[in-house]
Amino acid sequence: MDLVAALALQIVYGIANLVLISIGLAVIFGMMRVINLAHGEFLMLGGYTVIVATNGGVNIWIAMFILAPLIVGIIGLIVEWVLIRFLYGRMVDTLLATWGLSLFFIGLVTSIFGAQTATTIAPPFGPITIGEFSSSGYELFLILVAILLVGMLYFLLRYTKLGLVARGTMQAADMAAALGVSTQRVYSTTFGIGAALSGLAGGLLAPITGILPTIGAIYIGKAFITVISGGTAILAGTASASILLGGINGIVSFVIGPTMGEVALLLLAIFLLRLMPRGITGRFFKRSL
Amino acid sequence: MKRTRETNALVSIGIVGLVVLFAAPQSLELFAVISLTTAVSLAILALSLGLIWGYGGILCFGQTAFFGIGAYAYAIAALNFGGSSSAILVAILVAAAVAAILGYFMFYGRLSDVYLAVITLTLTLILYSVIRRTSGPEYKIGIAKLGGFNGINVPPINYPWDSNHFLFPEQVFYVAMVALLGSYFLCVWLTKSHFGRVSMSIRENEVRTELLGYDVRLYKLCMFTVGGAIAGLGGIMFANSIGRITPDVFNLYNAALAIIWVIIGGRGTLIGPIFGALVLFYLTSFLGQQSVVNINLFLGLVLIIFVLVVPRGIVPSVVQMWDRRRSRRMTARSARKFRRRGRTRVKEGGLEE
Repeated sequence: MDLVAALALQIVYGIANLVLISIGLAVIFGMMRVINLAHGEFLMLGGYTVIVATNGGVNIWIAMFILAPLIVGIIGLIVEWVLIRFLYGRMVDTLLATWGLSLFFIGLVTSIFGAQTATTIAPPFGPITIGEFSSSGYELFLILVAILLVGMLYFLLRYTKLGLVARGTMQAADMAAALGVSTQRVYSTTFGIGAALSGLAGGLLAPITGILPTIGAIYIGKAFITVISGGTAILAGTASASILLGGINGIVSFVIGPTMGEVALLLLAIFLLRLMPRGITGRFFKRSL
Repeated sequence: MKRTRETNALVSIGIVGLVVLFAAPQSLELFAVISLTTAVSLAILALSLGLIWGYGGILCFGQTAFFGIGAYAYAIAALNFGGSSSAILVAILVAAAVAAILGYFMFYGRLSDVYLAVITLTLTLILYSVIRRTSGPEYKIGIAKLGGFNGINVPPINYPWDSNHFLFPEQVFYVAMVALLGSYFLCVWLTKSHFGRVSMSIRENEVRTELLGYDVRLYKLCMFTVGGAIAGLGGIMFANSIGRITPDVFNLYNAALAIIWVIIGGRGTLIGPIFGALVLFYLTSFLGQQSVVNINLFLGLVLIIFVLVVPRGIVPSVVQMWDRRRSRRMTARSARKFRRRGRTRVKEGGLEE
C-alpha cells in the first residue's frame, strides 16, 4: 500500500514536472503558433536568477515567485521587441532565430558565470515519509504549484478581459484586429507571460536539478514533445499530454529504469502524432482552452 | 547559357576536389590531415542536410542523429565483425533504416514543418541522454560495450576484406574525400533526376504536386532516407578520423552547428552547405583556442544575423549578385546597341520622307 502511494506520488510528480517545464512554451505556441527554441534557456535563466538572488541574501520565496518570473518575463519582452516581432508569419525563420537566441544565451551565461555548476541551494522543504518510504516534500509542493498555476491560467483566460481578448486573437487574429484589438500588443504580452512562466518553472526546479548554462537541453526535448502532442489548446493540451506522457514515463521508469522511461515517452509521442498529427486537442477537447 | 555555366561549376568543383584529394596528404602535416578528415566528414553531414532541406524542403533539426547512429553502428559492427568492410555497409543501412522508420511516422502522419523539426531534434536529444547513461557493463551489443559518456573506441578502417591491414591516417583521408566527392555527385545527379525534380516541386508547392498525382509522402520518405544514409556515411568517416565516438555527437550544440552550416552556406545549393561546414569547422576550432569570445555566443549571433539579414545564405547571394552585375552589364550593352540602331533608323526614315 505504501509502495503504491509512493509510486503514485512519483508519477504525479512526473506529470507536474512536465506541466511546469512546458506551460510557458505552450502559452506561446497556443497563442502565436511559434515554437520558441530558446525555451530551455528561459528556464535556465530563471534558475540562475533564483540561485544568484538566494546566494545574494534574498528570501528564497521572493526569488522564486517574484524575481525569477519578473526578470525572465522582461527578457522575454525584450526578445519579442528586438527579434520575434520581425518574424511573424515566418515560422521556420522564427525557429531558427530562436535557436540562435538559445545559443546566444548559453554563451552569455557561460561567459558570466562559467561553464561549471553554479552553487546550488537546498530545497526549502525536508523529506516526508509515507510508511517505510521517504519522499521529497519539495516535490509534493511542486505538484501543488503546478495545479495552482494551471488553475490560475484557466481563470485568467476564461474570466478576465485580457483572457477574452487573448482567446479571440488566438481563434481569429484578423477578426480581433478588425474589432480594434491590437494583436501586436497581445502577442508581445503573450510572449512576456510565456517567458515569465518559464522563468518561474526554471526557478522552482533549480533546487532539485542544480543549474548549468546548458541545462536547457535537458528540459526542451520533453517540453517540445509535450506541447506538440498536446496540440494548440494551451491548458487542455498541456494537461492531457503531460498526464499521458508523464504517466507512461513514470510507469516504465519504475518497471525497467529511468533511461527506458525517456525512450518510452518519445516513442509514445511519435505514435500519438502518427495517429493525431494535430495533437491530442486537434482531435479531442477541440473547443477547450 | 545557364546549363554550360552549371556544368562549368560542377567540373571545377570536381577538379578542386581531386586536387585537394591528392595534394593535401602530400603537402600537409599529419595532424592537419587528420583534422581535415574530420572537416570532410562533417561536410558530408552538411551535404546530407543541404540535400533534404534545400531540395526536399524537409526541415530536419536532428540530422546529427543519423550521423551519430552511423558512427555508433559502424563502431559496434566493426568490433563485432572484426573488420570494417561490411561494418561500413551495415552502418549506412542502419542509419538509412532509422531515417526510414522515423520518416514513415512523420510523413505518413503528415506532420507540418515545425513539428517535424521539433520531433527530429527531440530524437537527437533523447539519444544523447539515453546513450550517456549506458556506461554500465550490462549495456553492450555483441562484444561492443556502449561505454556511456566515454563512448566507444573505434577500430580503424582496414583494407577491403583484409582485417589485418589497417589504413594509415592519410589513407583514411583519401577514403573520406572520395566519400565526400562521391556523395556530392550522387546528390547532384539526384537533384537532376526525375525524382529530384518532383522533390523540388514538393518543396515549392506540396498541394499542387499532390494534385498532379505524385505521392508526396513517398517522395519525402525516400528523400529523407537517402539523407539519413549519407549522414550515416559522414558519421562513419567522423568516427574514423577521431578514433572514438561519444554521445556528444548527439548534443544540442552539434545539432545547431549542422543547421548553421546550411544556413550560412545557402539552402538550395549543394556546395553551399559543404562550404559552410568547412569554413565553420576551422573558424570554431580557431575560436575554441581563445577565450575572449564564447563560441556559443558567437554562433548564436551568426545564426540570428543570417536569418534576419542573409536568409538565403552566402553561396546563393553571391551567385545572385554576380548575375545581377552581369545582367546589368548586358542590359547596358544592349541598350547602347539599341540606341545606335534607333538613331540610324530615324536617319533612314528621314531620308524616305
